[in-house]
Amino acid sequence: MPRSFLILLAAILAGCAKHESGSELVIRIGSVAPLTGPQSHLGKDNDNGVRLAASELNASNLVIGGKKARIEILSEDDQADPRTATIVAQKFVDEGVNGVIGDLNSGTSIPASKIYSDAGIPQISPSATAIAYTSQGFATAFRVITNDRQQGEALAKFAVDDLKAKSIAVIDDRTAYGQGLADEFVKDARALGANIVDREYTNDHATDFTAILTSIKGKHPDLIFYGGMDAQSGPMMRQLRNLGSQSLFLGADGSKSPEFIRLAGQSAEGAYASSPGMPVDKMPGGPEFMKKFEAKYGKIQIYSPYSYDATMVMVEAMKKAGSAEPSKYLPWLSKVEWNGVTGPISFDAKGDIKRSTVTLYRVANGAWKAIN
Amino acid sequence: MEIFLQQLVNGIVLGSIYSLVALGYTLVYGIMGLINFAHGDVVMIGAMVTLTVIRLLSGSGLPGPLVVLCGLGAAIPFCMMTGYLMERIAYRPLRNAPRLAPLITAIGVSILLQNVAMLIWGREYLSFPQLLPAHAFPFLGASISFIQILIVAGSGIMMACLSILIRKTRLGNAMRAASQNAEVATLMGVEVNSVISITFMLGSALAAVAGMMVSAYYGIAHYDMGFLLGLKAFTAAVLGGIGNMEGAMLGGLLLGIIESMGAGYLGTLTNGAMGSNYQDVFAFFVLILVLIFRPSGLLGERVGERP
Repeated sequence: MPRSFLILLAAILAGCAKHESGSELVIRIGSVAPLTGPQSHLGKDNDNGVRLAASELNASNLVIGGKKARIEILSEDDQADPRTATIVAQKFVDEGVNGVIGDLNSGTSIPASKIYSDAGIPQISPSATAIAYTSQGFATAFRVITNDRQQGEALAKFAVDDLKAKSIAVIDDRTAYGQGLADEFVKDARALGANIVDREYTNDHATDFTAILTSIKGKHPDLIFYGGMDAQSGPMMRQLRNLGSQSLFLGADGSKSPEFIRLAGQSAEGAYASSPGMPVDKMPGGPEFMKKFEAKYGKIQIYSPYSYDATMVMVEAMKKAGSAEPSKYLPWLSKVEWNGVTGPISFDAKGDIKRSTVTLYRVANGAWKAIN
Repeated sequence: MEIFLQQLVNGIVLGSIYSLVALGYTLVYGIMGLINFAHGDVVMIGAMVTLTVIRLLSGSGLPGPLVVLCGLGAAIPFCMMTGYLMERIAYRPLRNAPRLAPLITAIGVSILLQNVAMLIWGREYLSFPQLLPAHAFPFLGASISFIQILIVAGSGIMMACLSILIRKTRLGNAMRAASQNAEVATLMGVEVNSVISITFMLGSALAAVAGMMVSAYYGIAHYDMGFLLGLKAFTAAVLGGIGNMEGAMLGGLLLGIIESMGAGYLGTLTNGAMGSNYQDVFAFFVLILVLIFRPSGLLGERVGERP
């Protein structure tokens, strides 16, 4: 008797579950970022931004095409590795996700974008800034962040005009992001009349920079520019000061994180870095976002406001199209206008964000302060 | 010239660390013919334990160098324990197995240590606080920092102590006897098992010191830092002649200098065609050259009188 009762109960429950999913549209969005390895703090930050957006949308009685909809986030780890990123992309395609937020890095976003393009699945990267990402002619590749052409130009102008650097040494980590940005920076700085006295290279797993910093130090540059991520620039900054060099240090968005200051220690003081967009507290929706995000996940690293906005824009396009089918809402992505946390978002024909801003920062008393 | 001198100093510092780690490989190889690939990960454990203690003491108001010393004081016994357990659990049961078996076990132990460290300390890069004075002394145009002096002096002293231990003491005698012929040594009353345990513990103590040095120098520690460092130190040991103590010291120093000079000058020499991104390649390029032209290393694999 008890057993048959249990079976009956199970049957009823199963019936309920089936009934539920029948009336509800489940939208599956892939979120891909390095969740392990030296950039895992940034990867988790991006993933949390996506999750925050999804949980808010789910709580807000989301309706798409007259149907009640629920968003499900599938998180994957690309380990910041281009090869892994393509495996993840294929997995998302096989699982039939409705859209993808990611990857974090340019080096991973670019190879993955081919797979998403072939499958017709829209991809919005919250943080890939390499020019190549949107210039491959893929209709599915979008980004909500200022690209490296815009950023490199702003950095070079800042170094030459504001910091009055005449001789500059450039280091990059040979990734699509670091190398691309460094190349843009070199081109623009030369055009502004600066002299590039040294060009050195490292990789995105290195910890020892004493040899390259020593040969740079011998050339006495006014400023050293690094194209790469904080896991390298933090220790690099420290080793630079330990070698007794007083050259100015300028990084880009990959260095502008609390992690950089933590790794560089006291040597971080006076370092400069840029960040696409505005400081979180100056973003239109920044203070509110910070409160919501920090209550749930802790300190914002860099890109979570962007991954949050990317998710919101994607769902907005779905709402406008009245469908979560990639082929139906993709045309709407290039038309949609959305007032996000980071500012107004709309895309140009390539998939780049129309309104680009770059802010420069300096470390003072152990924290990044925006320079006006 | 000053840049050359500075690169030389950098190379000697890096080389001193390699030498310390290479000694661990050589001691174990000398006594039981095993290449202990997990040795690099013992270095990592040393760095992690030092860091943990430093963090615990960070609010105590003790002077920086004393805090680092406390960290080292905890890391050395911890690593010796790790070395002992490693030998007791993983290698001793395979003492008489074919040579390939303990080698593969060593790789397994290495992966195990890395994963345990990842579980305990996480995947993130850990920052080593600036506890040691950061100021640099000018020296003929180059600048030598306090920590660089500390590293070179520290490893010099450790190597001298080890030399004395192996040449002048009863324990050293027993170690040399065990390395020449374990069976005969047993017949002569040498407890080979405990000699091997002590060898592992000695190597691990050196590794703990190297771990502290490397993380304090670069300001960073993470769970897989031991892998590449271990491979390079192994290269250094092979370069000098594995099983040969002076060889490990010489090999370590040479490798450090080669790497530092290579990274510093390759770009200029090849006119930008190859750059400093080839830094890590040098160690293995050297390994290949040595294996081709002088397989027994620069000072030779002294089988007769392996320390």
